[in-house]
Amino acid sequence: MLGQPFLRSAFLAGTCIALAAGLIGYVVVLRGQVFTGDALSHVAFTGALAALAFGIDLRAGLYGSCVVFALLMAVLGRRANADDTVVGSVFAWILGLGALFLSIFTTSQSGTGDVGGNAGVNVLFGSILGLTPAQAVTDSLIALGIVVVFIFVGRPLLFASLDEDVAGARGVPTRALGYAFFILLGVTAGVATQAVGALLLLGLLAAPAGAAQRLCFRPFSALWLSAGIAVASMWVGLTAAYLAPRMPPSFGILAVATAVYLGSFVATAGRDFQRAHRSRPERSPVTGSPGTRAVDAS
Amino acid sequence: MALPPTLSQAGLVQPAAADLGQLFRLHFMVNAFEAGTIVAVIAGAVGWFMVLRRQSFAGHTLAVVSFPGAAAAIWLGLSATLGYFAGSTVAALVIALVPRSSSGRPRSQESAVIGTVQAFALASGVLFVSLYGGFLDSLTGLLFGTFLGISDHQVTTLLVVAVVVLAVLAAMARPLLFATVDADVAAARQVPVRALSVAFLVLLGLTAAEVSQITGALLVFALLVMPAAAAQQISARPAVSFLITIVVAVAVTWLSLTVAYYSTYPVGFYVSTFGFAVYAAAAGGRALTGWLGTRSGRPGVPPVPIGVGS
Repeated sequence: MLGQPFLRSAFLAGTCIALAAGLIGYVVVLRGQVFTGDALSHVAFTGALAALAFGIDLRAGLYGSCVVFALLMAVLGRRANADDTVVGSVFAWILGLGALFLSIFTTSQSGTGDVGGNAGVNVLFGSILGLTPAQAVTDSLIALGIVVVFIFVGRPLLFASLDEDVAGARGVPTRALGYAFFILLGVTAGVATQAVGALLLLGLLAAPAGAAQRLCFRPFSALWLSAGIAVASMWVGLTAAYLAPRMPPSFGILAVATAVYLGSFVATAGRDFQRAHRSRPERSPVTGSPGTRAVDAS
Repeated sequence: MALPPTLSQAGLVQPAAADLGQLFRLHFMVNAFEAGTIVAVIAGAVGWFMVLRRQSFAGHTLAVVSFPGAAAAIWLGLSATLGYFAGSTVAALVIALVPRSSSGRPRSQESAVIGTVQAFALASGVLFVSLYGGFLDSLTGLLFGTFLGISDHQVTTLLVVAVVVLAVLAAMARPLLFATVDADVAAARQVPVRALSVAFLVLLGLTAAEVSQITGALLVFALLVMPAAAAQQISARPAVSFLITIVVAVAVTWLSLTVAYYSTYPVGFYVSTFGFAVYAAAAGGRALTGWLGTRSGRPGVPPVPIGVGS
């Protein structure tokens, strides 16, 4: 299977991208920034198609829009607590602009076959099997760069994400770390868009991290577990897409990641159940009848 | 958008009154306006409650889920309308029934669940489109909306579902508003907060499915959120802002359909742009009023959206 050059490219780029997305995704979930990830996926789509519509390189638009937007979120999120109505309205409009650029690009390309339609679909849903070897190497280097930077800032970043006040009191530069995190997130969104597409990168960020958080309470183990789940989903998904050609690779990757997340719920269901039953008398001592207390005490 | 060239040329030069009359002589445009009006009214009504309840993310997810529903229905040879409703309703029930996690950090877990559901739903949609092997055009239509080719039958379906949704919403409007503004007090007064929440999510799902059929799955937000958000900036009185929401939604839809008819760009773009313009104007106007109020020394009374202060 790995004799095919396009599959080698896909596995190389996919592994690095999944590693980066799994690591960053854990911090995204920890900081409760999933909605920001959702927003970035909209922006990535519009940025890429705007670049295409104006005849610039797609990647320039992709990375440019993602990083600028992520920084904007960092600044706005700190100054004013923008509620999700504002955020949602802005994104809906940005996505509408994306539809406009798609339409401009498609009509301008209508004489030359179906390039326009394909470009739109590729940006939305990814084209990891269509990467050239050179593109795959570039993407891998960018993704590995994210991982290296993350390893350097990871420890203080986790500290600042778990308890910002205590971290600040200990002299951790929480503000600078926040900006660094958003830049990393922007670059990750840009690079992940090429693997799974703008609309699905949210899944690659949220699903492995959500599963890791359920399965494992220690932050560092959970961090690497999240990265491991992301990489495994990538491998299994790509293999499945190779074996079943009608299936888009993005679906395979997302299906595996979602299945793992579902599995983590099943695996921890018993623990949640026990916890809920143990803590019930403490939570509502007023309504708890003497009978239930007696049962719990035994 | 395969408009006859004569029409679009005539329209692009100058949309005169005669052309506007022509607009309503075309059967598919009449259907589009009927469907658009139904959808705008229901989106305004349900969206008003959704914005108040801060369930925008859930509404977005429900809308996105209607896309795999429709794609699956097309693949299986069923009607896309059925798929829209089935997808959104099932997703609404799933979100409503997922137990609130009692362990650890429930909030971040909950948003991770919604995000995963959303991404997986979109991925399934692509799978169905790929299995169907149909045209890429239909994919763009499902995602970004189309107003061409809405059948009489579809308009009837939209109308029936809309009437049912509005009737249920009217029946539970008072307790729902109470439960939304102050859930704890409402629960203490024996209002069934949990049941209301589930019922509202199902209504939201049905609405998202209706709106998807005009604006496309990705742009439902435009009609669901923006008019309500704008109206709640303008007035703090529930009845007034509710009416403004519906008027804005209908106006935005009519304007978008008219402009989209004369141009080549997708209707979803116009709906989201006009909606955003109204919202930006309302928010800007409110900020200006507040600023002028503080400048002139009088205690300015900028209208505060209900439920925000509490």
